[in-house]
Amino acid sequence: MRGWRALGLLGGGAILLLFPLFLEQYKLYLASLTLVYLILAIGLNLTLGYAGQISLAHAGFMSFGSYAVAILGPLGVPFEGGIIVGTAIAFLWGLVLGFPALKVKHHYLAMVTLGFNIIVFLVLRNWESLTGGSFGISGIGRPHWGPLRFLSDRAYYYYILGWATLVVASAYWILHSRWGRAFRAIRENEMRAEVVGVSLRNYKLMAFAIGSAYAGIGGALFAPLLTYIDPGAFTLDRSIQFLMMVVMGGLGRFEGPFIGAVVVTLLPELLRASEGFYLIIFSLAVILMMLFMPKGLVAAWDWMVCRLTRRTVSPAHPPPPPEPAAVLEPE
Amino acid sequence: MPLLEIRQLSKHFFHLSALSHVSLSVEPGELLGLIGPNGSGKTTLFNCVTGVLRPSRGHVFYQGEDITKLTADAVYHRGISRTFQLIQLFPEMTVLENLLMAAQERTGTLFTRLLRRDETEETDRALKLVEYLGLSGVKDNLAANLSYGQQKLLDFGMALMPDPQVILLDEPMAGVNPTMIKALVTHIQDLNARGYTFVVIEHNMEVVMSLCRRIVVLSQGEKIAEGTPAEIHDNADVMDAYFGS
Repeated sequence: MRGWRALGLLGGGAILLLFPLFLEQYKLYLASLTLVYLILAIGLNLTLGYAGQISLAHAGFMSFGSYAVAILGPLGVPFEGGIIVGTAIAFLWGLVLGFPALKVKHHYLAMVTLGFNIIVFLVLRNWESLTGGSFGISGIGRPHWGPLRFLSDRAYYYYILGWATLVVASAYWILHSRWGRAFRAIRENEMRAEVVGVSLRNYKLMAFAIGSAYAGIGGALFAPLLTYIDPGAFTLDRSIQFLMMVVMGGLGRFEGPFIGAVVVTLLPELLRASEGFYLIIFSLAVILMMLFMPKGLVAAWDWMVCRLTRRTVSPAHPPPPPEPAAVLEPE
Repeated sequence: MPLLEIRQLSKHFFHLSALSHVSLSVEPGELLGLIGPNGSGKTTLFNCVTGVLRPSRGHVFYQGEDITKLTADAVYHRGISRTFQLIQLFPEMTVLENLLMAAQERTGTLFTRLLRRDETEETDRALKLVEYLGLSGVKDNLAANLSYGQQKLLDFGMALMPDPQVILLDEPMAGVNPTMIKALVTHIQDLNARGYTFVVIEHNMEVVMSLCRRIVVLSQGEKIAEGTPAEIHDNADVMDAYFGS
């Protein structure tokens, strides 16, 4: 299994490094966008997939990163400085929004976060002196390290790839620690988690804040990709798009956001050939997938891995054990 | 000084009184039985002690400290752990992960839990516990895939895992077959001899009478009797509560 995983990592890495060399501009843009969405989906997967806290404010958190680099760039702040500031703001607001998450759950929490996203949108649109209002900010610069400039689309793709790698590695590191286990415990049985000492307050706040911080990073990388942002890019629609990525990919699975980001970004593009019908086909595909694959596309991935490694069952779902003689069913 | 002391505890759900003015104390090293007909407030009492429910009135003291208003995680950190009548596990985690989860919050701070990766000590303990409970064969299975009896044992193991001082067992024998009951009784007696304090809710009279040296009886949210098994056995009020007059 370890061999397969290493091979997959190497192969995936090689593809991500080499294939942009052969892509034309628009496809390069799509590849970069997919990576940015991957970062955002990883953040939401941490909050929603692992810790079970729904957030419909992800686009709002994303905007903190976007506007931070857009506003600070012209002031002479290095691009990475903008990313750090945007991420920090997203982290702090994530903490703030985490507090209502301690009081409300499920669809009530969805309503709270939805409201937050709308407030962020309205602030972005009306605080004209800072954000340029509904006209937005254009001419957003791309990063450069001294003589090394990431100005071309190809160079910027590699810059995003670097950050995506960092985000994937850090998310892996967090989720494979005791924190990751505590997040899952909260999702699976909140009351039991608290009885085994899990501080719901601390962990929920952290899950919210870290997920939002990732949204901040994604947002910061998003702005120079388009070189133009306006409040319309951070509406509820986009939050729902991230929700779709995470749910379609597979909630609470590390591979989920990868699959979700690719499918949600690229499938509409592939369907463009059908002209006016592509949104209908895409929506239908989403509905069918949710009906027949409620665990997300990662379930199909599991099946494929099983076939490849010639195992009959997935390691995550071994068959129930034989009943020991000493244990009976309840009366 | 009693290890755990409950003073005049009441719990109302709207106008329904689930517990009224219940007082009892648990001495260190004791094995106290808590019995009563269905709906008499036993589980509610456990919930109030462990911070799962906030009592309406009264106090809970642990080693002299008032823990009435603490949240469940804070009560856990004091050294009180419990099992559940309706089994509560992390179904999508393996047996081993469930046990590790039950212990991971006991030590360190929030940030050391992110940074410290080593878990050999805890894993060793979990493996010993798995063997002690006869779950070795299923240690890597998801909790959801265990049989009822195995889940009951895992729940018990999770209560032991953090090495608590007081363990509250909520019907540990319900739905478990006689052979397993004998094993569980032995485990409880064995652990009690090693210094663990137990409070056991149990409907199996035979087990309670043989296991506990002192028994408290609840009926309709009130304490109606307290005494040795022999005293309880001969108590007219208790017979009344169970069978009606």
